[in-house]
Amino acid sequence: MVYFPTDMDKQIALATEGKAMVPPSKEMLLDWYRQMVLIREFEETCHQLYEEKRITGVYLHLYSGHEASGVGSMAALRVTDHVITAYRDHGIGLILGMDPKALMAEMMGKKTGSSGGKGGSMHLASKDHNFWGGYAIVGGHLPLAAGIALEARYRGKDDVTMTYVGDGATNNGYFHESLNMSAIWDLPVIWIIENNGYGMGTEVERASGQVELHRKAEAYGIKSFGRVDAQNALEVYAVASKAVEYARSNRPAVIEHVTYRYRGHGVSDKQYDARDDMSAELREWIEKREPIKILRDCIESKYGDVGEILAQHQADAQRIVAESVAFAEASEMPSSYEDLLRNTYVASDLVHKTDDSVGAGID
Amino acid sequence: MAARNVAMREAIRRALREEMHRDENVFVMGEEVAYWQGTHRVTRGFLEEFGERRVRDTPISEMAIGGVAVGAAMAGLRPVAEFMTINFAFLALDAIANHAAKVRYFFDGMFKAPLVYRAASGWGNQATASHSHAPEPIFAHFPGIFVGCPSNSLDAYGMLKASIRDDNPVLFTESIALYPKPSPMPDDLDDDYLIPIGKGDIKREGGDVTLVAYARGVDWALGAARQLARDGVEAEVVDLRWLRPLDMELVYKSFKKTNRCVIVEESLPMYSFGGEIAANLQERMFDYMDAPIKRVAAEDVPLPYSKDIELLALPNAQKVVDAVKEIL
Repeated sequence: MVYFPTDMDKQIALATEGKAMVPPSKEMLLDWYRQMVLIREFEETCHQLYEEKRITGVYLHLYSGHEASGVGSMAALRVTDHVITAYRDHGIGLILGMDPKALMAEMMGKKTGSSGGKGGSMHLASKDHNFWGGYAIVGGHLPLAAGIALEARYRGKDDVTMTYVGDGATNNGYFHESLNMSAIWDLPVIWIIENNGYGMGTEVERASGQVELHRKAEAYGIKSFGRVDAQNALEVYAVASKAVEYARSNRPAVIEHVTYRYRGHGVSDKQYDARDDMSAELREWIEKREPIKILRDCIESKYGDVGEILAQHQADAQRIVAESVAFAEASEMPSSYEDLLRNTYVASDLVHKTDDSVGAGID
Repeated sequence: MAARNVAMREAIRRALREEMHRDENVFVMGEEVAYWQGTHRVTRGFLEEFGERRVRDTPISEMAIGGVAVGAAMAGLRPVAEFMTINFAFLALDAIANHAAKVRYFFDGMFKAPLVYRAASGWGNQATASHSHAPEPIFAHFPGIFVGCPSNSLDAYGMLKASIRDDNPVLFTESIALYPKPSPMPDDLDDDYLIPIGKGDIKREGGDVTLVAYARGVDWALGAARQLARDGVEAEVVDLRWLRPLDMELVYKSFKKTNRCVIVEESLPMYSFGGEIAANLQERMFDYMDAPIKRVAAEDVPLPYSKDIELLALPNAQKVVDAVKEIL
């Protein structure tokens, strides 16, 4: 199974008409490249560290192969907009500008981690970046996205909530209920379906009656901006820009990003992705649809030789990630009961507590 | 102090309405809360008074109701989300237990979710098995959320206000059987009358046996206490009011005096409120225990439709009296 957009010409026409898109400048494109190589370096390092048991646990879902999906779409946002995703969240945090040191420390469960070691790989978030997480139950974050968008609507702000959702989640109740709610309440959510072809190990065709996932929007009267080649950051950016402009006037939008995961569902399914047919499929994606190469070719075809700058970004990425690993490994583990119990509840004067209260946390 | 009798649904409506006037961020959402005027008439008149922005009808989408409240609360609003009945909150268990209760913890305090889930709860009236639950203990199982279950109008008023003002998520259950039941509320009640979260209350004093209950169970316990008093037995009725946090201190204090305890609840007997209280008592009060701890709960069956066997399944005051007599 390989999804290539069947109507690419139409998509490009759609993406280039209208005024929504700020034409990407050379600086923007180079910055996208910087973000993408940083993500790739971070994720491949995580993979390596997991193999070496320097990152532990059972969940580690990498964004390698998905880079253009996040980079291109978030380039269409402004800083007051909101972002929320599921558990393949490392790349989203990096794009938003979270400190790679705090992210790597979170992978290792350290006190200096962005969630204090409480959340791990699947629960990254940053209030300062309007990044609301990082959620581990498939589809569980979708009504939260609608709720975050409701706050903007309630207060008359025109900020949008960009919500990443995997292909697998489009089959569960959260997806249907949340999209429907966003439609009847006119919530400014951009629902981006990141379709990497598989929900864990199940192909989209075996999981969804409607295999063009963006068409599920029609069931709720939501405008679909179609299926996008999400290995091409420019294409992603163009369509996302239009969807964001549309959503700012309090209307939900759906986009389907066709992409591919390079490191399987997560570290727990190596055996599945090691199947021969999967390896062949992966090779084909890497050879023909590698997002970093596509962006590089695009920059070079327009601006000539930028090899030095790109090499510098690559070197910077390696240095930044190496520093983040050193920082994380040198950091302290949470180890006390205070660490364990902290932030179960918000400390509150309204709560009656005695030495014999049961179930009130320790704050 | 002058007081008048007020039905519990009126007390809840008053608390909710006052809190919406006090804080612009408080809004209600749920099935039939607006145009239908609330299935249990708690939000009667709200649509007219506050408008569609703050009184939001939802589709029949409990998963979304549960989760939208979390997102809106994280973003700074104070949603009061209604589950028409707590039976439907089962559909939202993931949103409640995995999201509302945990968003603060798994991001180590980065966010808070100041929301209230209101849910009508309880057995009876031939509502049949799938609409007949009092499953408060299920929700109280999860750290990160509080659970409040009032037994009378004044408590409901003060507990709901505290729940709305607190920065933690609260599941607030309202016994359907108690909605129409009048109980006294002072005429000059302060708008800021709050009952601390996790504070229990002695509803009747007595030195012979401790009856521990919450919500509708308090009615059965008080009825049993009146009956026992005719036989010269003075029961102390402890209304815990909140299932989480649990005011065990109050129970221990009473138990040290009576040395006997019967736990009364509307919910099912296995893995229950009664089991929790009894376990805490034997761990901490073993030296004060003069008799086995008894539990009165619903029978361990789904609730049938037909009236006579439905009543057989429910706890009542007589069952409490019988349990007390076994340990005197």
